[in-house]
Amino acid sequence: MDLTARRRAFPALDQRAHGQRLAYLDAAATSLQPRVVIDAVVDAALHAAGNPGRGVHLLAEAASVALDDARHEVARFLGADADEVVFTSGTTASINLVADAWGRANLGPGDAVIATELEHHSNLVPWQRLCAERGAELRIAPVDEDGRIDLAALDALLDSKVKLVAVAHVSNVLGTIAPVAAIAARAHAVGARVLVDGAQAVAHLEIDVRALGCDFYAFSGHKLYGPPGTGVLWARRAILDAMPPWQVGGGMVARVDRAHARYREPPYRFEAGTPNTTGLIGLGAAIRFVRSLDRAAVAADEARVHAAIARAVQAADGTILGRPEVGVVSFALGRVHPHDVATIADQAGVALRSGHHCAEPIHHRHGVDASTRASIGCYSDDDDVAQLARALARVREVFG
Amino acid sequence: MSDDLYQALIVLHDRAPRHHGPLAGATHVATIDNPLCGDEITVRVILDGDRVQTIAFEGHGCALSRAAASMMSERAVGATTAELTALAARFAQFVQAPPDATEAPDAASDAALGDLVAFRGVRRARSRRTCATLPFRALLAALAR
Ligand SMILES: Cc1ncc(COP(=O)(O)O)c(C=O)c1O
Repeated sequence: MDLTARRRAFPALDQRAHGQRLAYLDAAATSLQPRVVIDAVVDAALHAAGNPGRGVHLLAEAASVALDDARHEVARFLGADADEVVFTSGTTASINLVADAWGRANLGPGDAVIATELEHHSNLVPWQRLCAERGAELRIAPVDEDGRIDLAALDALLDSKVKLVAVAHVSNVLGTIAPVAAIAARAHAVGARVLVDGAQAVAHLEIDVRALGCDFYAFSGHKLYGPPGTGVLWARRAILDAMPPWQVGGGMVARVDRAHARYREPPYRFEAGTPNTTGLIGLGAAIRFVRSLDRAAVAADEARVHAAIARAVQAADGTILGRPEVGVVSFALGRVHPHDVATIADQAGVALRSGHHCAEPIHHRHGVDASTRASIGCYSDDDDVAQLARALARVREVFG
Repeated sequence: MSDDLYQALIVLHDRAPRHHGPLAGATHVATIDNPLCGDEITVRVILDGDRVQTIAFEGHGCALSRAAASMMSERAVGATTAELTALAARFAQFVQAPPDATEAPDAASDAALGDLVAFRGVRRARSRRTCATLPFRALLAALAR
């Protein structure tokens, strides 16, 4: 599928935005869904309509099989085994699962967790809370002006007290790629585990959790052309085996009497309650879609469009935050407030994100409270960039 | 188009806001933030009995919140707390009206809004309503102290 064919695969692109062509440059917040995903969700609601893992009749069986297929699809995508793939409602839930279940069992007074300065609030606040509850210390690993994690500074923070290092694979603000393998080697040398927030990476990078060398990998389906309310936590089998459950209830128990419950094996131990079956089947379809693409061609198109966005921002006298490598370009446009930029762009059919993008600390690091962000997907093209350039010129006109 | 929302009057107030800055000797102060972006605004008031004698606002915000704060402050000087409470309610109602309401639901109350009717375009941008109403919420919070 070339870019034109990929764009045709996304029916949402056909709609007009305030009477203009839609230039959807907010994929980092949530990506559009291709027709095959929408169809898979509808089909699941019709034919995989039963409760998975909880019935022997036709529709329940279809749900079980489809969910299991989706799990295998995710496993192939990550280079992992299916029994290491825990379904959740998203990255936030995946990270909270680790903080609550693994964190409470493995973190005590005097221990420490490291998170980097550029983390999304979902990979920061759970550690703040966990550390406060456990009497542990949260250490923040700094990044340089470009947005690269300072490995020497990280080394200085790593000692035998550190039990976990939490890092975003790709920053949702700066678009920088973290050197996960190097971080994992350093963390493992002091006996710490490594959790990678892959929310912004999965749509752009090839993921191989074994090559990355991490222990946990979290991502959301809705940033990977899948439905919202779907997510994944991958963890090494040995870690999952030793981990107590998070939420408890139906579906995750092997045996229950009046006083006690025996829990099921992973991944089911971590999936209490009826899952978002249709959404997760849609996630499986999204991954099939991604795997069907020529990823080198997609990466080349994305790199071209990404660079063109950076040029358009600079041409409008914008200041780019950090040195973005993939997916997003966040910027300040003089003293014009990001919400005003995004609202004027919206009137011109251009969807941008404005605000702190749930990552306040890294904005403060760059001396701003908020920024405007353009972000791309496999359907983003040069016309989107031209439309963005016109919108930014319009902002300049309004605010002189 | 965008001009609908960013009326000249709004841009003017954003560029040169009235009553912007610190205020010594305030009798009433409140700071609140906009959850949409973390922007915050502080409103300081000196009350003389029941009347606003002086008002000033500070903080960082978008054009809509700065312009609203500026226009609100102009209206606040000399007004009673009861008048300002009524104005805040009227303004909140005004920006929440359906976007296609060509004729105001209540023309008399539109007239009472004065320059604030420049915010009509916010009706079309639901997510930005909180930006326009933020200064009034800060003012009411300050007066409630
Ligand atoms: C880097 C990063 N981490 C975590 C999240 C949270 O993802 P979700 O809201 O899908 O749980 C996001 C998305 O906003 C993100 O960009």
